[in-house]
Parts: sequence; structure tokens; C-alpha cells
Amino acid sequence: MGSDRSRLGFYLLLAPILLWLIVLIILPHVGLFLVSISEKIGPREYETGFDNYAAFFSEPLYWRTFARTAIMSIMATALTLILGFPIAYYIAKLTRGRTKTTLFLMCMIPFWVSELVRTFGWMILLRETGVISNTLQYLGLVNGPIELLYNDAAIMVGLVYTSILFMVVPLVTTLDSLDDSLIEAGYDLGGTSTSIMREIVIPHAMPGIVSGCIVVFMLSLGNYLTPILLGGKDSLWFTGMIYTQFITRFNWELGSAFGFLLLGLSSLVVFLGLKFSGQSLSETMGRS
Amino acid sequence: MIPTVPQPVFAKWCYRAYVTVFFVYLALPLTVVCVFAFNNSVFPSLPWEGFTLAWFFGTEAPFIGVLNERSIMRSIGTSAFVAFWVSALAVAVGTCNAFLFVRHEFRGKALLYMLMLLPLIIPGVILGISILVFSSSVANTLEDATGLWFDGLRPGLILVILGQFSFITTFATLVISARLQKFDPSLEEAALNLGASKLGAIRQITLPFLLPAIVASAVVSVLMSFENFNTTLMLVGSDSPLTITMFDKLKQGSTPVLNAVSLLLIIVSAALGLLSLLFQNAKR
Repeated sequence: MGSDRSRLGFYLLLAPILLWLIVLIILPHVGLFLVSISEKIGPREYETGFDNYAAFFSEPLYWRTFARTAIMSIMATALTLILGFPIAYYIAKLTRGRTKTTLFLMCMIPFWVSELVRTFGWMILLRETGVISNTLQYLGLVNGPIELLYNDAAIMVGLVYTSILFMVVPLVTTLDSLDDSLIEAGYDLGGTSTSIMREIVIPHAMPGIVSGCIVVFMLSLGNYLTPILLGGKDSLWFTGMIYTQFITRFNWELGSAFGFLLLGLSSLVVFLGLKFSGQSLSETMGRS
Repeated sequence: MIPTVPQPVFAKWCYRAYVTVFFVYLALPLTVVCVFAFNNSVFPSLPWEGFTLAWFFGTEAPFIGVLNERSIMRSIGTSAFVAFWVSALAVAVGTCNAFLFVRHEFRGKALLYMLMLLPLIIPGVILGISILVFSSSVANTLEDATGLWFDGLRPGLILVILGQFSFITTFATLVISARLQKFDPSLEEAALNLGASKLGAIRQITLPFLLPAIVASAVVSVLMSFENFNTTLMLVGSDSPLTITMFDKLKQGSTPVLNAVSLLLIIVSAALGLLSLLFQNAKR
């Protein structure tokens, strides 16, 4: 180390990462911010100001969609945690060897498949002429065809389905590292199932819970396909609005402001999640 | 609840029932997609009209199979082209990053590592629009200054490749770094003692050791590139990759030809996914 050749080697290794991060991540986001604070006053004439952000706050449609997206993402995250935790616990603690590997793989396979295919599957299941509607009619539970698609519940089902793996995997990893003897000791000392869950299992699984929740929230917030395809015409999603401003309306200034607001919200949640659990980004994300 | 502590039988069965229902929920959408690829009807829905392979091999309208549907075949080609370049770039940069983070100590390393992880927490749509905005403004500036056209910086395949590369590289870096950390440096030292040059030792000792991780990350990159939608949507030009073509067809109302493509995608992605796991877990 310290010789000229190894310094050269070091700079050669440093070059690609700097090029990647500066050209594709940092500068584009600076650019996005600059566009978001420019106002169009004439053809190819711009002025700096926060008009685009003001437009967001003064137009109820915009901020309501934003709030709706955030609230539904939080609900999807909570639901994913509640549904995923027992599964992760089952895989980590109640199965061994072959069965464990098989169950884990069965969890992973749907997520190697494109999100589009998964959403398409839900469309076939839920639509008026779909599988579930027909099954219910066949069983005599309903009289005519029922439309299960194009509502918020369908979006929720799709969001949970799309992101549950990202909850299950970190949970299985952290629960795996919990020694069974700790749980046994809990029982020996007179703990009940509930108190052991609360006092031993959940505190131990906290890092997994936090990283799972962060990823699921982000994925739901930034999701485009599921709300567009499973939600109806009225079920707006903020990413859809960004797309509309950019591609349909060609109003890049407002679209950039929207993009920055979404980025701000998702960064804030990541920050709060890490702060709350006392973890750093490197250890939470670096493990995946 | 662990196997060594007895639990009421009823609770145990409830738990098992829940796990079963969960796996049915996981399998259901993919199963129906696959099953309806063989339905002899122009809609991917019930009633079941009988078994057919027309949605794969059919040549007559309306039963045009995947293999004869030109727009789909072309977009598979486009996706493959994009995936190849994304994977090659991501693995090359990822390997450099792994050496940088595992072998070197320098000021600002923690900061750089955190920056490297950032693409994971930026929503794909935002990554897409930021690159779109930035490349367009660069293109505008260059065109004003030189009077030439810079089509490569306008929405199109180059931007799609760069956009996907910008976050897939993080995954490649993490996978390859994890393997490099397990490498025993004394092996490389031994090679140096035996007269190998620094680069020769890396090429003949370290890189072969890293190969499973390199292959695994290449496979994962191909997979992620093939199925990426959010970032691609914002950067796509006239040549659309497979997911975009399928999305457009889906919005217009679908025929089972989409089920047939999906079935092929499911098979290929599952195979690639398993392959990447095999390589990642390769013991030495």
C-alpha cells in the first residue's frame, strides 16, 4: 500500500462508482429539484420560485391523492406485517431442513415473476367474469356476477401480494437467529405464549420488522401497476399523477415537484424507521 | 410456540390451516394465469372452452400464438438486449465496488457506502423521472451549444439501460462484496510469493473464487431488468421492452396470448431464480 501503483489501482476502482453515483443518482436528483422550483412564464422562459409546490397544496385533488397514497401504503404495510409474521415464524421456528427450504422457495418463486404477471393473475381472479365470481355463483352464494375488481380492497390485496416477500425474508432471517432455548427458558420461568411473544420474540425480531416495513412501505408508495390495473378510474395513486404530469400533460415542472414530494415522504419514513429502531441504513439494507 | 414445548392440538391445526391458506393465496394468481393460457376462448376468463395450444403456436386470427405475434417477439428481443447490457455493466461496476469496499480503507468510505445503498430506497418512478429530466436538460444544452442532435439522451433504449443499471448495480455490489469478504487473503499472498504479479494473482486466484457470486449477480440482474416496470416506463422510447408491451396490451383488453407469454415468463424467471440461488450458495 502507499506505492504509486496501488494508488493508481485505488483511483481506477474509485472512478466507476463515482461516475455511477454522480451521473445517474446525484446530478439527476439535483436537476429534478431545480426543475421543480422553476416556473414557466413564457415559451422557454423560466423563473425560480415555489409555485409548483404551492399548486400542490392549493389543489385538493393533488394533496388528497398524496395523503390517500400515504395512508393506503401504511395500511398495506401493517397488513403485510400482520399476515407475514406468522408465516415467517412458522418457516423459521416450526420447520426444519427440507421442508424449510421448500417453503422458503415457494415464498420466493412468485416474486421472481414480473409484477405485471402477478397483477394480471389478480385481474383474472377478481373481475366480473373472473374465477372467484364464477365460483361463488356455482356455490350458490351469490345470484349474479359480482365485480370484485376496481375498488380499494382489490388494490390492497394486490399491494400486500406484491410486497409480502420483502416482509417474510428479513423476518425469517432474524427469527432464525433467535435461539430456541431462550423461548424454552421463557416457558420454564412461567411465561405464557403471549408474554413470550411480547417480551422475547418481537424484541429480537425488531430489526427484521423495521427493515421489512421500510421496504414494503416504499414499494407500496412507489407502486404504479397495482393501483392502475386493480383500482378503478377514481382510485388515484400519486405515482399515476406523476406519470400524467410528465407524459400526458408534459408539465415537467409540476411533475418534478410531485416527484420530490414523494421522494421526501419515502425518505422521511425510512429515516424515522431507522431512528425509531436505532439502526443504520447500512446494516438494515446491506444485509438483504 | 416451538416444537419442544407442547401446544393445544386445536391451536396447532389452526396455525397449519393459516399457513396452507397463505400458500394457496401465493399460488393462486400464477396458477390461473398459467391455466388460462390453454383455454380455447378469446378471453382469459371462464367458461372453460376446452384445451388448446393455439395461444402458443396459433397462426390464424383471432388465435395468434405468442410465437407468431410480432410485437411480442420483438419486445422480448428488446428486453433481452437491455438485460444483457444492464447485467454486463452492473456486474463490472459491482465487482470494482466490491474490491473498493472490501480491500481499501479511505476517508469518506462510510459515506460512499451509504450513497451506494441509496438507489434501494428511491422509488423506481422517481429514479426514472430524475434521469429523464437530467438527460433532457443535458441534451438541450448540448444541442443549443453545438447545433447537433443528441438522440441517445432522449427517451429510448440507452436511457432505459442507464436507468435500470442505476439501481441494479447496488444489488450486484452487495452480492459480490459478501463473497469477497469470505475470501482468505493469504491465498493471494501465496500466489504473490510464488511469483505472480498483483493482477495475475487477482485473475487466477481471486476472480475464480468470486465467480459463483458474479454469475449469481449477473442472473439476478437479468431477472430484475426483464421485469422492471416503473423506471422503464418513464424512460422508454419507441422500442418497448416486454413489460411495457404487455402493459399496453393489458390496458386495451387482453386475449389469452398474454397468459401464454406470462407462462413462459414464469418458467424462465423461476428457472433463473433457482439458478442464482444455486450459484449464491455454492460452497467451496
